[in-house]
Amino acid sequence: MQSPTVDIAAALVRPTVASASRGYWPSVGRRLRRDPVTLICAGILLLIVLSSITAPLLGLADPYKTSMIRRLYPLGSPNHLLGTDELGRDMFARLIYGGRLSLFMGVMPVLCALLIGGALGITAGFVGGKVNMAIMRVMDVFYAFPSVLLAISLSGAMGAGTENTLLSLTLVFIPPICRVSESVTTQVRGFDFVDAARASGASALTIVRVHVLGNVLGPILVYATSLISVAIILAAGLSFLGLGVKPPEPEWGLMLNTLRQAIYVNPVLAALPGVMIFITSICFNLMSDGLRAAMDVKA
Amino acid sequence: MDALLPPEDRGGPAQPLLLATGLRKHFPVPGGLLGRSGKVVRAVDDLSLSVAKGETLGVVGESGCGKSTVARLLIRLITPDSGTIVLDGDPVDEPHGITVNELRRQVQMVFQDSYASLNPRLTIAETLAFAPKAHGLPAAEARVRVRDLLDKVGLDPANYAERYPHELSGGQRQRVNIARALALRPRLIILDEAVSALDKSVEAQVLNMLVDLKTELNLTYIFISHDLNVVQYLSDRVLVMYLGKIVELGSVDAIYGNPQHPYTRALLSARPSMDPRRRTKEAPIQGDPPNPIDPPSGCRFRTRCPFAEDVCARTEPPLADTGAQAVACHMRVAGSGHSKAATP
Repeated sequence: MQSPTVDIAAALVRPTVASASRGYWPSVGRRLRRDPVTLICAGILLLIVLSSITAPLLGLADPYKTSMIRRLYPLGSPNHLLGTDELGRDMFARLIYGGRLSLFMGVMPVLCALLIGGALGITAGFVGGKVNMAIMRVMDVFYAFPSVLLAISLSGAMGAGTENTLLSLTLVFIPPICRVSESVTTQVRGFDFVDAARASGASALTIVRVHVLGNVLGPILVYATSLISVAIILAAGLSFLGLGVKPPEPEWGLMLNTLRQAIYVNPVLAALPGVMIFITSICFNLMSDGLRAAMDVKA
Repeated sequence: MDALLPPEDRGGPAQPLLLATGLRKHFPVPGGLLGRSGKVVRAVDDLSLSVAKGETLGVVGESGCGKSTVARLLIRLITPDSGTIVLDGDPVDEPHGITVNELRRQVQMVFQDSYASLNPRLTIAETLAFAPKAHGLPAAEARVRVRDLLDKVGLDPANYAERYPHELSGGQRQRVNIARALALRPRLIILDEAVSALDKSVEAQVLNMLVDLKTELNLTYIFISHDLNVVQYLSDRVLVMYLGKIVELGSVDAIYGNPQHPYTRALLSARPSMDPRRRTKEAPIQGDPPNPIDPPSGCRFRTRCPFAEDVCARTEPPLADTGAQAVACHMRVAGSGHSKAATP
């Protein structure tokens, strides 16, 4: 049993602790913790990300080692939990290793596009007028092409390869992120507190840093998260078409392509990379929904 | 840093603190090809005013008459199409004058919407420290100033400094907004409907606080409101606006005691009366103000004025001095051609 003094001390401390966590981000965290779907998705994603990063340490089979005898083993074969592919390589190892490239291709272009598109969009939204006009009309030009077509034509023009895929996907994602950033910034800029900050004589950069970023970053990040799944699918699509990663590199989209021939022999096996793409992108989507819900509260 | 000491009086008490001449702002109306319809909203048209040191200038008028645009022009949140602003003898944004930033340090503004004018992501202390820090005040000194400011507006620093805007009531938030306006130690504060959104008891408290702060800090106010009683209580002089123009300007006693312009009379008689025997049976003026995109020719009030005549449509009445106040009405100009005007 606790002594009464400790209880009083605890009671005295509690209000301070509560007031320290009353801010916006702590409350978002609290709401996220109460959302099981988002938590499960985050858990699955964490598992996929961690296993891809630590793949060499997991004691998996060599994902590049082919064998003409052990081709297209079914699921549950001894030593090959998820069977083998059309060249006799261990599917489990290839799926784990494939996550490295696939996730990288999903996250990296969105991250680059977030930096470039976000900066452009916030500039356009905050400065407004002719600058806004110039930036947004250029974005509209990119918007005229469907994103898949744009990615394919860019990759096709630049040639296959990881770097070129990265570049073309980044270019594809800059316009939508820029547009979202511009619209939320324009909205925030209309609030009186931005006018009050301007009236205080602070520089535009200071106002953006202190007053705008904190209010626009949330929606932009949520939107960017939802784009990761699109990026994964697009990257896989490019690889599937032979415009992305080159064999024998393990990558989900490319694996889907090469296993295509086995679809009548062992359809479950051929579908496995697709399942990975599906799980990863749906987790990113559900997580971004959860984030949106958690952030979409008048603070 | 010198930027954060109270500014010195330069021109002496006789020199107006703020002198605006010929302010004009026309907003382009969006629409049409490439967003240009060629039409403009004539929000403020050739408006001149002066504010003496230590006085409170009340600005009244219907919604949409350009009151807030005037406020934003005076603090240069909006760049005027034409017109000059002179602050204590120094022209703003002109060679040999002071910069817009210097103007904004000496002139601050309190907005109507107490919630929208506070950043929801910042604590009260962060909001109040923003301007002093942006002007180079070290963090430790900024903290002292924040405590000082909260004390001045009657909020306990220990209790409120670390709170967020949504945890405060409307009155408390507006106190914070007033504190923020004081943060740079300005000389002139523009109160744009600053108490209009508060309920009456809180409004009275905030008004009294404003009166006290004015004496304590030697401030000058421009008090913009649609509430005639509040303006009467607070102001020394009153400016009546209609569709972007001044219709009458004079001391509070002259305007409230002997209004000359038909619009001012209509506004004053539209006030709710406390005396049941003196209730207004009929609305003093009918309808809405005309569209400022296409204001009436001549006198802009003529479409709603019971005394309008041909001359009112032909020529625009000048703002003529009638002794106690200045009025823009043909009836008060001798020889204007209006049947009610004196013959010269």
